[in-house]
Amino acid sequence: MLKKFDKKDEESGGGSNPFQHLEKSAVLQEARVFNETPINPRKCAHILTKILYLINQGEHLGTTEATEAFFAMTKLFQSNDPTLRRMCYLTIKEMSCIAEDVIIVTSSLTKDMTGKEDNYRGPAVRALCQITDSTMLQAIERYMKQAIVDKVPSVSSSALVSSLHLLKCSFDVVKRWVNEAQEAASSDNIMVQYHALGLLYHVRKNDRLAVNKMISKVTRHGLKSPFAYCMMIRVASKQLEEEDGSRDSPLFDFIESCLRNKHEMVVYEAASAIVNLPGCSAKELAPAVSVLQLFCSSPKAALRYAAVRTLNKVAMKHPSAVTACNLDLENLVTDSNRSIATLAITTLLKTGSESSIDRLMKQISSFMSEISDEFKVVVVQAISALCQKYPRKHAVLMNFLFTMLREEGGFEYKRAIVDCIISIIEENSESKETGLSHLCEFIEDCEFTVLATRILHLLGQEGPKTTNPSKYIRFIYNRVVLEHEEVRADGISLCHQAGMQWRNLSSLQPPPPGFKRFSCLSLPSRWDYRCAVSALAKFGAQNEEMLPSILVLLKRCVMDDDNEVRDRATFYLNVLEQKQKALNAGYILNGLTVSIPGLERALQQYTLEPSEKPFDLKSVPLATAPMAEQRTESTPITAVKQPEKVAATRQEIFQEQLAAVPEFRGLGPLFKSSPEPVALTESETEYVIRCTKHTFTNHMVFQFDCTNTLNDQTLENVTVQMEPTEAYEVLCYVPARSLPYNQPGTCYTLVALPKEDPTAVACTFSCMMKFTVKDCDPTTGETDDEGYEDEYVLEDLEVTVADHIQKVMKLNFEAAWDEVGDEFEKEETFTLSTIKTLEEAVGNIVKFLGMHPCERSDKVPDNKNTHTLLLAGVFRGGHDILVRSRLLLLDTVTMQVTARSLEELPVDIILASVG
Amino acid sequence: MEALILEPSLYTVKAILILDNDGDRLFAKYYDDTYPSVKEQKAFEKNIFNKTHRTDSEIALLEGLTVVYKSSIDLYFYVIGSSYENELMLMAVLNCLFDSLRQMLRKNVEKRALLENMEGLFLAVDEIVDGGVILESDPQQVVHRVALRGEDVPLTEQTVSQVLQSAKEQIKWSLLR
Repeated sequence: MLKKFDKKDEESGGGSNPFQHLEKSAVLQEARVFNETPINPRKCAHILTKILYLINQGEHLGTTEATEAFFAMTKLFQSNDPTLRRMCYLTIKEMSCIAEDVIIVTSSLTKDMTGKEDNYRGPAVRALCQITDSTMLQAIERYMKQAIVDKVPSVSSSALVSSLHLLKCSFDVVKRWVNEAQEAASSDNIMVQYHALGLLYHVRKNDRLAVNKMISKVTRHGLKSPFAYCMMIRVASKQLEEEDGSRDSPLFDFIESCLRNKHEMVVYEAASAIVNLPGCSAKELAPAVSVLQLFCSSPKAALRYAAVRTLNKVAMKHPSAVTACNLDLENLVTDSNRSIATLAITTLLKTGSESSIDRLMKQISSFMSEISDEFKVVVVQAISALCQKYPRKHAVLMNFLFTMLREEGGFEYKRAIVDCIISIIEENSESKETGLSHLCEFIEDCEFTVLATRILHLLGQEGPKTTNPSKYIRFIYNRVVLEHEEVRADGISLCHQAGMQWRNLSSLQPPPPGFKRFSCLSLPSRWDYRCAVSALAKFGAQNEEMLPSILVLLKRCVMDDDNEVRDRATFYLNVLEQKQKALNAGYILNGLTVSIPGLERALQQYTLEPSEKPFDLKSVPLATAPMAEQRTESTPITAVKQPEKVAATRQEIFQEQLAAVPEFRGLGPLFKSSPEPVALTESETEYVIRCTKHTFTNHMVFQFDCTNTLNDQTLENVTVQMEPTEAYEVLCYVPARSLPYNQPGTCYTLVALPKEDPTAVACTFSCMMKFTVKDCDPTTGETDDEGYEDEYVLEDLEVTVADHIQKVMKLNFEAAWDEVGDEFEKEETFTLSTIKTLEEAVGNIVKFLGMHPCERSDKVPDNKNTHTLLLAGVFRGGHDILVRSRLLLLDTVTMQVTARSLEELPVDIILASVG
Repeated sequence: MEALILEPSLYTVKAILILDNDGDRLFAKYYDDTYPSVKEQKAFEKNIFNKTHRTDSEIALLEGLTVVYKSSIDLYFYVIGSSYENELMLMAVLNCLFDSLRQMLRKNVEKRALLENMEGLFLAVDEIVDGGVILESDPQQVVHRVALRGEDVPLTEQTVSQVLQSAKEQIKWSLLR
């Protein structure tokens, strides 16, 4: 007996989903029943349900299939069965974008929407508007107007919402229905009121006055619908933001009055609107915070969540305003909804006192494993902020971070933790030792190569400066020797990126005599080892005592079976054995600063034309941006197996374009292109001209990108004449032959740098565009044969020192400073009378000189009145230029600039330009 | 977090989902193109289900979207909106949908009953949200407008096989009890 039941149960279990094994073709076959007379409403409705279910499941219907079914379905309008009719409307809506000729049902729908059956009318309006396009809209306009003011709420609401949808494609028609919408806005039905106000706002949103009027009317008469209140609060806060200002305005009063509404929804909307207003003061926040505080003890999870989330936002800017809620937040710390608990804790971490941190950290670590990665990242960010606030707490926080680091987690999460630890180490020197040793342990067993290389890089940089560097060497060396599964990952770390590109060089064939092939060309496999070798070398370079043991370790690495580990080890070994500070600084501590694709191209060129001269690294263009900066921005995590061609940077593209112009042969390699084109015309003028400056060793090329925005003119022979104020000499103009309407063209001007007074590099050029105008027919584009000469005055173009200097990153400024030596050192003192703060001074100097600030010297610590800014760059021609500027803040900023280079000229130019 | 002032808009709801207790889609309606392809939608549903089916809390933040949800026996209801959306408005939609279904099904809201009343579900959702705009939030109104034919269909309108089928069902249920 029991068995029998089981069987029955199974049967019913199998049939529990009547839609489970639906076949699209079978269902469409069934749809033929629609043609039978009399119509069986039940059966037909069921088939329509099946079709809808299929569409809902993501089944794709072809146009012909859909059209066929759609036409069969139109027959069903003969039946008066209410459910069937309603299912027809739904099917029409679903199929309106798949089937063809759906407009044939227009008349049936119009009949239904004006008919007697109220239950048909609303859905009919919605279905009708779905299939109507802007051309058809005129025909039903009259019915729509009637429907909007209909006294049946469902009809009116449907008409209003459909009008809102139609607004996107036929704004001008719907605009005419404003009067009807206005009438509907005073309806007693809450939804009708909401929809009417929404429609009115969307129609009028560009008319500030009308919107303000709407709000003041709402303020006076009040609304019935909580939804409408929410809508109006949003409108009001948007207006406030645009007005950007006074909180005395009636708009703010309106929002504040909504805090006393009887609907929670409205109260919350108002509170969150106040919190989100930019520049809100603590006093204005207070009432909002107090209602949110009440919500914190609500039995509804959604309300608690909303309240805590908003309080969390407040705490970021005004932690003191939230302090009053601390008690309520404490209660939420143990909330069963982990999202709420996490938000509560992170808020408390921002508002609480230093003493509560330990307890909170303990609490949160108890359920850290239960929350999603998104929230874990929130926690890590909160901790990161906390570390800046209470540097003394770093030990507890660091411990917590480290525990999290050891637990399971995705890449993003781990990366956030590592970022956080690194930033703590950077900000707080006390924590350096603990932080580094934690990180060391982490890389012992780290599955993310990218993070491992990053940490190794950091160790190489920071490790040698600590009191006990030998401790780190063990970890690093472990990475070299320990067998570890090969992990390939497309990386973001400095070494990784450079390495990826080195690999491309290996395609160079064949090496000519006299050119020793780069030894580090091989396939990448174990990036962390390579990084480890580099890190080891950095220790050796900076620490005399440990040099012998490092050398031993490196010698062992020479036996490694990975080619690149061997190559790197050999390279470093040779450099270190020279025991020369300058070499160490140049090859180990600061690395290569040239652009890798540029190097590849230069080498290729060299192999094609064998010569006796050694390859000159200075002829290679420099990397346009220091790679270390990129690592934070780009985060490709996907593993790339095939070596991909590195995308040519902007500068390489320019180089190729310029090399194609015969006049520019013999200028040598392109040194620098200005990062952003400068506009030389207003944006709304007849011609749009933008200029990019290209600097070569002894010349500059100005590239003018011109666009002609007049459709009745074609410009020919376009050049830009330039008049320099200094001793620059204009050599030649390369015209743009023809400039038809709206097709960009390029012309160039070549100038030689001043020879007599080489320090006078900063210069202003006055520019004038010369061209031949030929009138043309705007429609056909045919031009007249006759043209006339014309001129067009452009804005002046500035050339500054920054155009002659390329940024480079020096990881170890001191080493680089010593390497350059003091042969051409000059020093001068200036007073910056207009600048009042150190930050401003630093920002201005960096921008003016166009050099790269090193060792984070662009960050000025608080409460200090002296600061040293370290800048590094490469002057055109390929000489490093280093600038150390000491700043002193009294009433104004006094600056002592010391510049060093291997040549005298760059130093002179720097000092001349600063003065 | 960015202090974003919301563009005032009536388009509140991004999606309504109903999944069964295996996380399979029973009903899904997406009102904008946050997830344009079926593949992305299914991946999102899978993610949402994995994150929510074990907890009884009613709100979560997933993939940058606010998700309010509710479970009933073997069904999971989700309403999804932007993370800047008023959570209570989304909650109102969810409650309205759930209460309407409860009234329409006249018994427990469970998978079997729901599947037998698919058309009722389609019609109810159509009445609650239209193209992302909340159309109605009062379950009474929704049920009234859907006006689904009651359970008691006159016998004359049923075919012989339908009568037999319902008789079979009744016997089966009585046996199982």
